[in-house]
Amino acid sequence: MYSYSDFDESFVRARVAQFTSQVERRLDGSLTEEEFRPLRLMNGLYLQLHAYMLRVAIPYGTLSPHQMRQLAMIADTYDKGYGHFTTRQNIQFNWPKLPEVPAILGALADVEMHAIQTSGNCVRNVTADHFAGAAADEIADPRPYAELLRQWSTDHPEFQFLPRKFKIAITGAPNDRAVTRAHDIGLRMVRNAAKEPGFEVFVGGGLGRTPMIGLTVRDFLPEADLLPYVEAVLSVYNTLGRRDNKYKARIKITVHETGATEITRMVEERFAELRPLFGGNDLKLLEHIRAAFAPPAFRNAPTDAYDAFHKADPTFRAWADTNLAEHRNDQYAIVTISLKAHGETPGDATSDQMRLMADLAERFGHSDLRISHEQNVILPHVHKSDLPSLHAALTTAGLATANVGLLSDIIACPGMDYCALATARSIPVAQELATHFEALKLEHEIGPLKIKISGCINACGHHHVGHIGILGLDRAGVENYQITLGGDGTETAVIGDKTGPGFAYTEIVPAIERILRAYLALRLEPAETFLQAFRRVGMDPFKAALYGSEGEKDAA
Amino acid sequence: MSRRFTPKIVTANLLREGDVVYLTADDRWSAQHHEAELIDDEAHAQMRLLHAAAQKLLVVGAYLADARPGAKGPEPVHFREAFRTRGPSNYNHGKQADFA
Repeated sequence: MYSYSDFDESFVRARVAQFTSQVERRLDGSLTEEEFRPLRLMNGLYLQLHAYMLRVAIPYGTLSPHQMRQLAMIADTYDKGYGHFTTRQNIQFNWPKLPEVPAILGALADVEMHAIQTSGNCVRNVTADHFAGAAADEIADPRPYAELLRQWSTDHPEFQFLPRKFKIAITGAPNDRAVTRAHDIGLRMVRNAAKEPGFEVFVGGGLGRTPMIGLTVRDFLPEADLLPYVEAVLSVYNTLGRRDNKYKARIKITVHETGATEITRMVEERFAELRPLFGGNDLKLLEHIRAAFAPPAFRNAPTDAYDAFHKADPTFRAWADTNLAEHRNDQYAIVTISLKAHGETPGDATSDQMRLMADLAERFGHSDLRISHEQNVILPHVHKSDLPSLHAALTTAGLATANVGLLSDIIACPGMDYCALATARSIPVAQELATHFEALKLEHEIGPLKIKISGCINACGHHHVGHIGILGLDRAGVENYQITLGGDGTETAVIGDKTGPGFAYTEIVPAIERILRAYLALRLEPAETFLQAFRRVGMDPFKAALYGSEGEKDAA
Repeated sequence: MSRRFTPKIVTANLLREGDVVYLTADDRWSAQHHEAELIDDEAHAQMRLLHAAAQKLLVVGAYLADARPGAKGPEPVHFREAFRTRGPSNYNHGKQADFA
């Protein structure tokens, strides 16, 4: 994996020193809160409902065991013994105290991590496919490009005060596991007619108050043009973006207001100016970075033990069938460790769990860990013969839940249990959905399903692209949950449709059950997923299940 | 006639710890909502908010929140303020643990 250069190291250390001094000046009164707030936000420190929250970037979701152990140490020393992995491949600590934050940032710098640009109107943590470098369907590992973008965007003088925050996601595979079409810039690797790798470029995707699927501005961008092209998009946005209105400041609105043709023309014009200025240094750097992402030395060993265990042990088989994904090396598997044990908080890991995952990554996973936007932890390279031992070790720590891709593998934002912006809670809704359907033993019968929950319109929980999306709102001083159906965050991205009036906190789980019982009754066969069934039959049967038919209403 | 003023309390977060606190009638910052001064006069509320906001080395983000009289003292009206008196619902952390 990529190691900091001397430049990276001294830059991060300098920022820790700078912020340390800023905290001191805030505490002694030299800085007012108005002066200090933008400084702390630039270093990932928010003030939330009950406490401060520190958001730490996990660039393109990649962590070493050493870094994971440091996160565990921080959780134990400065927080309450756990961390929350987010939908943007960050980790959030929910209980730091202001005077201790500089020490936390120092501890992060010790393992080449930081919280820079995890807030503010700048280019945020660049996210990537969590199966990068391992997936069987991958054209190339997207992480070298993501690292190039990270280096370029970090403290980029032109882009520190954008009209609004800016999120870039990248996938190296045609199957989009990084929700690229819901980002300000989405990059999806494809090959052209000559079989050369390049990117399909989406601009202006985003969820939030005005959800939009990104517009394709280039069907094929040669890999060599990546950085100047991304800079051209940022440059045009920086000029045109609406600084007058926070709600119209994201690039999706700029694209919408300017028009696809005109914005594409402007980007191409700017790109033509910028391209020659890069002089090939970006490509030299990319080559250098690429060397750091060389694949591990894969072991060549028999997998018979795995096959035998898979046949013999039903618990292991259930886990293997849901939590493994196809690796490019057929002796290997990609393991998703579920952070969604039924009734637990989606995305939370205790410090003990973090340390165990770090140990297991060393023992069985070529020392590689990933955080997915779906709030799980991935061991991308596990030899199949090691899977039974890995599974047994995960079981001891409550980390062997066999539910990846199923109903209880729910994305949930922190919601009003933590977030100052939230309008309703999301975590307890996720907990209750998981335990309710576990009790009904319906989860496996229902099959592949993505439920995503946000506690406010900003949509950190990606509810618009959930097969079932749940949005928590404040309706006249009461929590109320709006449902959307048919959303999709993959390469066939779609924004879900609202079902109609929302449901009270105590009614939302029964409402979801009505939807899913309707699905079970109408699906053509067990292999027809909820999303496929929704696309076939549309909204009406689910509306009827939720709200009753008109006739019933009249009779009531 | 003007609309009736909904009683208020002054609340904020401690600068250093981030904890939720409430302004009392005797100018302390209490962790307990029921110890807050219940303010039923709009002009007085504004004065108390100014007083709170001036304590820049102690608290951050002071604001007025709706409240109503209760058996032990003021109670929150909105669910957001009720959560702030307790802590998160997924763990026994925050005030619900500190003052259990």
